[in-house]
Amino acid sequence: MLNTFMQSRLRGLIILALILVILPAFLGNPFHYELVTQMAIIAATVVGLNLLVGFAGQISLGHAGFFGLGAYFTGIATGTYGWSSVPALVVGAIAVGAIAWIVGRPILRLKGHYLSMATLAVGFIIAIILNNERALTGGPDGMPVPAFEVFGWQLSTFGSYSLFGMEIEGFQAWYIFASVVLLVAVWFALNLIESPIGRALRSVHGSEVAASVVGVNTAKYKSLVFVISAIYASLMGSLYAHFQGFITPAVASFEFSILFITMVVLGGMGSTFGVILGAVVLKLLPQVLADFQELEHVMFGLILMLTMIFMPKGLLPTLSAFVSKKMRKKAGGEA
Amino acid sequence: MLAEFLQYLFTGITIGATYALIALGFTLIYNASHVINFAQGEFLMIGGMATVSLTAMGVPMILAVVLAVILAGILGIALQRFAIAPAKQADVVTLIIITIGASIFIRGIAQIVWGKEYHVMQNFSTDQPIEVFGAVLNSQSLWVLGIGAILVVGLVLFFTKTLIGKAILATSMNKEAARLVGIRTQMVLMLAFMVSALLGSVAGIVVAPITFTSYDIGIILGLKGFVAAAIGGLGSGVGAVVGGLSLGIVEAMAAGYISSDYKDAVAFSMILLVLFFMPRGLFGAKVVERV
Repeated sequence: MLNTFMQSRLRGLIILALILVILPAFLGNPFHYELVTQMAIIAATVVGLNLLVGFAGQISLGHAGFFGLGAYFTGIATGTYGWSSVPALVVGAIAVGAIAWIVGRPILRLKGHYLSMATLAVGFIIAIILNNERALTGGPDGMPVPAFEVFGWQLSTFGSYSLFGMEIEGFQAWYIFASVVLLVAVWFALNLIESPIGRALRSVHGSEVAASVVGVNTAKYKSLVFVISAIYASLMGSLYAHFQGFITPAVASFEFSILFITMVVLGGMGSTFGVILGAVVLKLLPQVLADFQELEHVMFGLILMLTMIFMPKGLLPTLSAFVSKKMRKKAGGEA
Repeated sequence: MLAEFLQYLFTGITIGATYALIALGFTLIYNASHVINFAQGEFLMIGGMATVSLTAMGVPMILAVVLAVILAGILGIALQRFAIAPAKQADVVTLIIITIGASIFIRGIAQIVWGKEYHVMQNFSTDQPIEVFGAVLNSQSLWVLGIGAILVVGLVLFFTKTLIGKAILATSMNKEAARLVGIRTQMVLMLAFMVSALLGSVAGIVVAPITFTSYDIGIILGLKGFVAAAIGGLGSGVGAVVGGLSLGIVEAMAAGYISSDYKDAVAFSMILLVLFFMPRGLFGAKVVERV
């Protein structure tokens, strides 16, 4: 029975949920909570990006642009125009999805890595606009964003709440919220992968020509998954803006886009849980390297190169292959 | 009117020639290995920074330039030998991430060695600008154009007249077949990275007196070069030159006549327009793939 459970599709999701439940036991102060909440939001973004990279075989070098657009849409709509959080989040995501569709549809008809160039360009253009339209965005200095709010109920890192009779602080409430969001994001991604769309996508990744020969409309599916991954980024950008309470154009920067794509490749392209690990590792790395301030960039670059050279499949797939090899060896020895 | 236009045109052609050299570097490596080398901009930075610091130590200018170019060449070889070659089974995406890692690494070292400040390099010849129909032409611009032209002609001769050049071309066309006729393809890849690094560093040196130089100058220059290569059609040598020059000119005109805030957006809008309407770029080859 345990075996069938371990084989099930939900295994990973349940393990992730357990980790998220146990984790607060190891979190000492608000700073830890802040870090982990950021990780969850970014991990959810990367899970969306992985749908594109891992399953459609396309790279986006401008995902921070979509993330930043979501963040600023929320910031401007709720802060400047007094919208409620949920409509801002939804309208922002629809707008970003539309942009992704307009850009992706013509370009994804082409074979090759043209989408990477187009997304690089779109990301830069978004960042430049955010930097220059000072009246709207506050320019490079950034802008404040109000707390997340649903029907007059606010979720602020400074508030305090009661949950099932327990008193919890605002940052703990945000952690719980972000954990639920991450689980939903993963659940949706896993289901998408197992749906007919996911199967069509994997066939595209395997051999695009073969897929189109058997009647898969490859361009359509690739555009669709690109739009979905952009919407993931926009939604998470909106939440990130609410959580941080203050945003600058750095959220849309090329560096941030590179960080996203690196998380995917480092964690393991195509492995939903791998990319979460990638997000965790790359978010922790600057903390670990903070003691070597001078060397931070050198170490970051070096780690990136070495992992890619020696574990081109990514951390989690390499580790799990290693573990299962060990286990098979052990089983073989006993028999 | 005319003076203004000429002024922008001179600026555009000068910076465009630099973009063209960077784009040629991208093209070389792309053709040889299908890798988009995101560390290309770092070769420029190394060229400029090494020249500045060597001359500051009292090394004569010409020797400093030669040493800086050699340093960049070694770096190019090292990049291929120690970062790209060991990951031979990897996806193209993985290789691209490796070059991104390499660029962060090189930039990190440059920041430690040279600090974060901007460095100024002297003009190669006179500081006296030349006046043409009321527009001012910096003497350094002539150096950029002249050296750029020499490099392009040199590259053409290298690829059409020398055995090594032909070997690189053969490898880029069909790696397996090249190996079968006895070309050492690993060697060729290393050469492609080296030549690309040499091109980049020379571009970085000649343009440094105009743009100044600092440890992080490679990011944006490298990206512009990439845009130029994409506009010209990734993989085409003629495309890289035309793409670089047209990007430089359009950018300078937009900065002059429209808004300098959106100068950088011009490059990225151009790439989108080209992808939408001329997906293979201006000179990109039509790809026919056998299945």
